[in-house]
Amino acid sequence: MSILKRLSAFSVVVASLLAMPAWADWAVNMPRGVTDISHKVYDMHMLAFWIMCVVAVGVFGAMFISILNHRKSKGAKPADFHESVAVEVVWTILPFIILIILALPAARTLIVQEDDSNAEMTIKITGYQWKWQYEYPDSGVSFFSTLSEDSRNARRLNSGIDPETVENYLLDVDNPLVIPVDTKVRLLLTANDVLHSWWVPDFAIKKDAIPGFINTMWTKVNETGTYRGQCTELCGRDHGFMPVVVEVVEKAEFNQWLAAQIEAQKEAGQLADTSNTPDKISEANNESAVAAN
Amino acid sequence: MNAAIAESDHHDHGPAPGLMRWVTTTNHKDIGTLYLWFSLIMFFIGGAMALVIRTELFQPGLQVVDPQFFNSMTTMHALIMIFGVVMPAFVGLANWMLPMMIGAPDMALPRMNNWSFWILPFGFGMMLATLFMPGGAPASGWTLYPPLSLQGGMAFPFLIFSIHILGISSIMGAINIVATIQNLRAPGMTFMKMPLFVWTWFITAYLLIAVMPVLAGAVTMLLTDKFFGTAFFTAAGGGDPVMFQHIFWFFGHPEVYILILPSFGIISEIIPTFARKKLFGYSSMVYATASIAFLSFIVWAHHMFTVGMPLSGALFFMFATMLIAVPTGVKVFNWVATMWRGAMTFETPMLFAIGFVVMFSIGGFSGVMLALAPVDFQYHDTYFVVAHFHYVLVPGSIFAIMAAVYYWIPKWTGNMYDEKLGKIHFWISTIFVNLLFFPMHFVGLAGMPRRIPDYAVQFTDFNAIATIGAFGFGFAQLLFVWVVFKCIRGGEKATDQVWEGAHGLEWTLSSPPPYHTFTDQPVIK
Repeated sequence: MSILKRLSAFSVVVASLLAMPAWADWAVNMPRGVTDISHKVYDMHMLAFWIMCVVAVGVFGAMFISILNHRKSKGAKPADFHESVAVEVVWTILPFIILIILALPAARTLIVQEDDSNAEMTIKITGYQWKWQYEYPDSGVSFFSTLSEDSRNARRLNSGIDPETVENYLLDVDNPLVIPVDTKVRLLLTANDVLHSWWVPDFAIKKDAIPGFINTMWTKVNETGTYRGQCTELCGRDHGFMPVVVEVVEKAEFNQWLAAQIEAQKEAGQLADTSNTPDKISEANNESAVAAN
Repeated sequence: MNAAIAESDHHDHGPAPGLMRWVTTTNHKDIGTLYLWFSLIMFFIGGAMALVIRTELFQPGLQVVDPQFFNSMTTMHALIMIFGVVMPAFVGLANWMLPMMIGAPDMALPRMNNWSFWILPFGFGMMLATLFMPGGAPASGWTLYPPLSLQGGMAFPFLIFSIHILGISSIMGAINIVATIQNLRAPGMTFMKMPLFVWTWFITAYLLIAVMPVLAGAVTMLLTDKFFGTAFFTAAGGGDPVMFQHIFWFFGHPEVYILILPSFGIISEIIPTFARKKLFGYSSMVYATASIAFLSFIVWAHHMFTVGMPLSGALFFMFATMLIAVPTGVKVFNWVATMWRGAMTFETPMLFAIGFVVMFSIGGFSGVMLALAPVDFQYHDTYFVVAHFHYVLVPGSIFAIMAAVYYWIPKWTGNMYDEKLGKIHFWISTIFVNLLFFPMHFVGLAGMPRRIPDYAVQFTDFNAIATIGAFGFGFAQLLFVWVVFKCIRGGEKATDQVWEGAHGLEWTLSSPPPYHTFTDQPVIK
């Protein structure tokens, strides 16, 4: 009986928490995100969640009815049925049907997610212990993105700095990746030392960065803003301290930003010889084509 | 052979006196006891490491440990809990119970049995020694993904050798179990009359024999990559780091079922006893177990949807993984149908069994969600995964082991355990285990990656709750140790049948059973 009470109390808590997505500090669910893909993924997640809830109510419900009523202390006498082919067939086929209901939309979403054709621009992302490098092969702009100084100071062992006082603690970088809104951006991923994984929950994209190989994924963001994620493949001591920050800006603003970067990097003499760039791009394209095969 | 001769034959074969009894023993009960104590000790060592992890994660910021040591803790916690707690506990239960359940005098290969236990403490001694080596214990996660694992220091070769030893121990244990079940069943004990604990262990043993060599191969390739100039997993030398993941998970996924199938067997013994009703759908339980074992070999890549596999591969592994829900569902439905219209009582083993069915199912539900590849890109390597596998392993496997101990300890010791304390142990464990693991679903969905020593401040509250749950659950297990000690030292005498609804050969023996089980073969009608 007390199990039942506790469970029902618990489900009330869960339901009320789910009903309050705005309650930021007690976030309990996946963000719906800002891309068509992330919306599809979120819907898929909620569909699976509610189906599982219905199954749970059915199975646990039957179990608790039985626990409440079919107990020896209430004078229950055990029945002696212990086999039924018909019942077994039914509860083999029913889950099968439920799974098909889940599998079809999942397969459809996956096919769209994996289709990186017709990208309007390409960015190469390289994982290092423990930072990200972003390169814009079309213009040769390239820079590193590391944990912001405020977070770096606060994260030291016994730093005495309260993380609550640091803005975007552990989720802020010096140089964020900048991409234009409403543009299909293809991301090429690789790593220079160990495995890393690049994740932005609001875009619902995550893929491993693997040394010696190039992975591809893509995103097309519908809303401007700053989006934050983290490395999600254990990559050593500071795995928890290499966040991903993406700034999504209007297309015109992006072009201005890129022009400024080109100018700055030319001045600093950092910009790669542009004559190499086309080769680099075709090389990257070939490698990714190989990886896709 | 008549009874009188049998009596004199076995007259002198009681336990050897003193400590040497435990070193030289070839007796299945002694070896079972050794395995179970070993597992309990390792449970507290692995649990202490979990508490280090949870202490650091109580609040954001680094207060207690260096991130490298934190990574060592997550790595060692997993290796110890998997290879040092759950697997030895199941082997211990198999040693104690299989001969008694199938009407055999002992295990088929008693000397190998001694050996397979006694290499374990050395394997784990070596693994734990890495904590004190320069560079610290392995910190690449228990999955040992290269290239990170190859960055390990002096600890690395010790870890590999230790895994080899644990693997050899498991394989020997599994061979022994297969040999015992195939050859030593009493007359009339046909395969389809075997208790389900025997069946699930029979299938598990084959899984072990199939996949432990794969793990041994994978870690040996790591070893040669590090020390002998090969490049299996290094792209620069023509290798592929992802290949390690494929090999590892070809071992790793069947391993997951090695950690759960014997629990299914235990629960299938306990529920009918306390529902006083035969197990519903015995043969479908056997077939479901076999199907799960078969499917476990063709789903491995669902652990690595994010490595960038071809679409067709991702689709195949997604569909195959979802299929596992069917036989697993059948098992849960059968347990519920066994309870249905029974005459239930709720002694401690039954409470743990019911807790198992509920919380294992919660882990199963998140498992179906994780199988969906497009959504898995969001779940992968977050705390949602941590919540999922801890639900199937802690209130799953560990609860089943606790249930088994409460269920059979009156048989082992001849004394009833303290029922009141047992129930208190169950309720404290259940409350705290949910406080510990349920909030992990939330922080995982909200975006907290796993294996990080520090986190963004929005995850603070649920992490604090989880840490409170961890300490509550951890300290509740001291109560379990107390109940076990108390039961060994004395208590109300147990009858041979122990439980009113118990059926099976083990309950026809005296409590405690004679040192040599079934010197005369029983005959099963």
